[in-house]
Amino acid sequence: MEPLTWTGPLGQFLDPVLYVLSAVFLVAVVVQIVLSLATGGARVITNPDGTLSSAGGAYDLSAIATRWLGAGLLLVVLGYIAVGVFGGPDTAGIIGGMSQQLLPVWIALIVTFVLSIKFKRKLGLYGKLFDSTVGMIGFALVMFWVYAGVMAGVLDWITTHESLSQVSGMKNKVPGTPLRGAEEGEYAWYLLGGDNLARDVFSRLFKGAWVVVQIAPLATLFAFMVGITLGLPAGYYGGRLDTILSFLANLILAFPVILLFYLLVTPEIVATGIPNYMATVLFIFPLIFIAVLLNSRYYTQPSFRTPLLIVVLGVLAWIYLSLISTGGSIVSTDTYRIPGLPNAVDLFNIDPGILVVFVSVVFVNAPTVFRIVRGLALDIKTRDYVAAAQTRGEGPWYIMLWEILPNARGPLIVDFCLRIGYTTILLGTLGFFGLGLESESPDWGTTINAGRRLLAVYPHAAIAPAVSLLTLVLGLNLLADGLREESLKD
Amino acid sequence: MGLFILRRLGVMLLTALCLTFIVFFLTNLYPNLEKLAKTQGNFRMSDEAVASWLDDRGYIDNTFVKYGRWLGVAPGWVTEKDDGTVTGQCFEENAPMEERATFCGVLQGDWGFSLVFKDDVSSLVATRLGATGKLMGFVLLVMVPMSLLVGVLAGMREGSGLDRSLSTFSIATTATPEYVSGVIFIAVFASSAFGLKWFKGSATQAIENATFENFTLPVITIALYGMGYIARMTRASMTEVMTAQYIRTARLKGVSFGNIVLKHALRNALIAPFTVIMLQIPWLLNGVVIVETLFNYKGFGWLLVQAAGNNDIELLLAVSVVSVVVVLITQLISDIGYIFLNPRIRIS
Repeated sequence: MEPLTWTGPLGQFLDPVLYVLSAVFLVAVVVQIVLSLATGGARVITNPDGTLSSAGGAYDLSAIATRWLGAGLLLVVLGYIAVGVFGGPDTAGIIGGMSQQLLPVWIALIVTFVLSIKFKRKLGLYGKLFDSTVGMIGFALVMFWVYAGVMAGVLDWITTHESLSQVSGMKNKVPGTPLRGAEEGEYAWYLLGGDNLARDVFSRLFKGAWVVVQIAPLATLFAFMVGITLGLPAGYYGGRLDTILSFLANLILAFPVILLFYLLVTPEIVATGIPNYMATVLFIFPLIFIAVLLNSRYYTQPSFRTPLLIVVLGVLAWIYLSLISTGGSIVSTDTYRIPGLPNAVDLFNIDPGILVVFVSVVFVNAPTVFRIVRGLALDIKTRDYVAAAQTRGEGPWYIMLWEILPNARGPLIVDFCLRIGYTTILLGTLGFFGLGLESESPDWGTTINAGRRLLAVYPHAAIAPAVSLLTLVLGLNLLADGLREESLKD
Repeated sequence: MGLFILRRLGVMLLTALCLTFIVFFLTNLYPNLEKLAKTQGNFRMSDEAVASWLDDRGYIDNTFVKYGRWLGVAPGWVTEKDDGTVTGQCFEENAPMEERATFCGVLQGDWGFSLVFKDDVSSLVATRLGATGKLMGFVLLVMVPMSLLVGVLAGMREGSGLDRSLSTFSIATTATPEYVSGVIFIAVFASSAFGLKWFKGSATQAIENATFENFTLPVITIALYGMGYIARMTRASMTEVMTAQYIRTARLKGVSFGNIVLKHALRNALIAPFTVIMLQIPWLLNGVVIVETLFNYKGFGWLLVQAAGNNDIELLLAVSVVSVVVVLITQLISDIGYIFLNPRIRIS
């Protein structure tokens, strides 16, 4: 079988169009920038009837040209994807093959966007996101990886081969190489080539997306719980509590992150049980947070509050204990063990490698969140509505969680998006130094680390995860930018 | 002002002590010591042999005592073997009695001995730090002017085409960690796959002989990641200044746009970025570790990876002291500098 080219037979028509369009687009952008420096922007003319209209001129013309050329470019790219979905690798080459594999992701994305745009007026801040182009692009990038990760990791849809299976003769092969003697029902190509152990780069890429999509948001959420639970009282009460907590936060922040990772994420440290202790401490914060949140709200109605707290905390405590205990014990070293939840009622076991990565990422992120929340609390506690609540006789925790926190949500949501991106970068850093996850794990950092040794000769194995990580983090940053813009508008 | 600096120095000292103790504690956990004994002695040592190897070298004692020894406030360990030879932390084997020092720690200027490199820690750290200083110097030289330029150009006309393209560029750079941009740069500019062999993918030779060919990629890789953040802060500060009353007054007076930007706005707009640049330096340290590993440039970051990977306790402690001091000093400078630069908040 012939090796695939990037765009296949379709490329013979579409490639020249794409090249010409992108060249003209670049020229138009440059012209627009030069004109925006040279002229003072569009001139505004007052019409006799009192309305305003812009007089256009060279700058306006170049702006219109850029907009249309950009739309044309987008149309060509969509053309590749659409033809690829129907024609597959035979008509549209590697791009076509990938886009055919990703068909469920495209459908999910289209459904999400159509529904969201249709009902955007009823969806609050999320709906407003669809008013900003930057936000929409970011959201599309993020949701692409979320859907792709879930579909590849849970449903096993997108991947073409097993992420660990090695096929002889496929070592370091370039993208589009056909499998030698592919059997019936087996996918006939390595779409993005093979890595140095003859595994399929494309399948590993999407399996790796699932690792990232799983860990990064959850770790960020835990870091936020810790940061909020400690930051609110530090900002609200101030005084000695604030001094001590701020000192501790600054202490962790003064550590170079990589040194901390090297100290925490080694098999020797895992053997001492320190990550388990840290997990025990860090994972309790969501429980405290939710308990205080509900109690401060409903403590005036004990008949409602008590059953509510019992049910909610019971479920959470069960999850918490399942989370921290593995094989019937919380900490288990050579010399001693602390018993935990017995195996019979243990809901799930977490791989110790994942646990230590998770704990150290939460540990690194929490102090920054603490500082942000503390700053916001310091600012908001001087507002009138806080004084009103104090006069009403509300308790301090009610004020912190039900008056201050809801009013700090804007900056916190924006920072949450940015921080997921930062957590993704940290996870990649861990993988890049070969810490934590096993060496055959398909996550992006580990794959980049494995691919970088042969970078000068076979770069494709490292470039694919690098570009994926870049697009995901870029998407999160753009999403945060769009959210910030839209939340500032009201 | 003097009191302020003194208090900050006190907090710095306390932070450095706490941090080195944490590093000390983590590196001195028994599984780590066991690994150390096995790499230094013999991989097939029995558990008893490991214990006696560690005991002879004073590793089994209380962590606080050991930390005191490293600091130089507790007497060093002395072991007398059954055959009468005396070994100690602070003297050579069988040195005469009067030449045996009691204390040897950081306070005495003795940073210890690296077991992996078989060399004095202080000289090792000093040479590697010099190499990294060179890298950082070039990075700052590229990063600071570029990011200020991007930020000022983007911020002087908010919402224009230039602003939008430059803002997108800076968001893209903040979303590209060093190990991603480094990999892409090497693949595009230094590999045979793309055929553009403009630069070298390794900077090993750049320590002695830095040329445009072998030093460009590492410098650009670090500079790019730090740039986006500084540029965005500069842009924010510039847009704020450009909407100020005195700029409007200057405009109404008929001052040309170029003069407004260069003479009126720029000076006030550059106060905030100064703080950001100083606070960005500790972050560069992270990038330095990644880039030195990726490009095989044997500097301070490379040393950190080697020390941490091999649990070389004394080297690791010295490395963490240096990095913590860098972090704290840059924070101090940024605070003091902010006070000096901003006429609105001068401490009396």
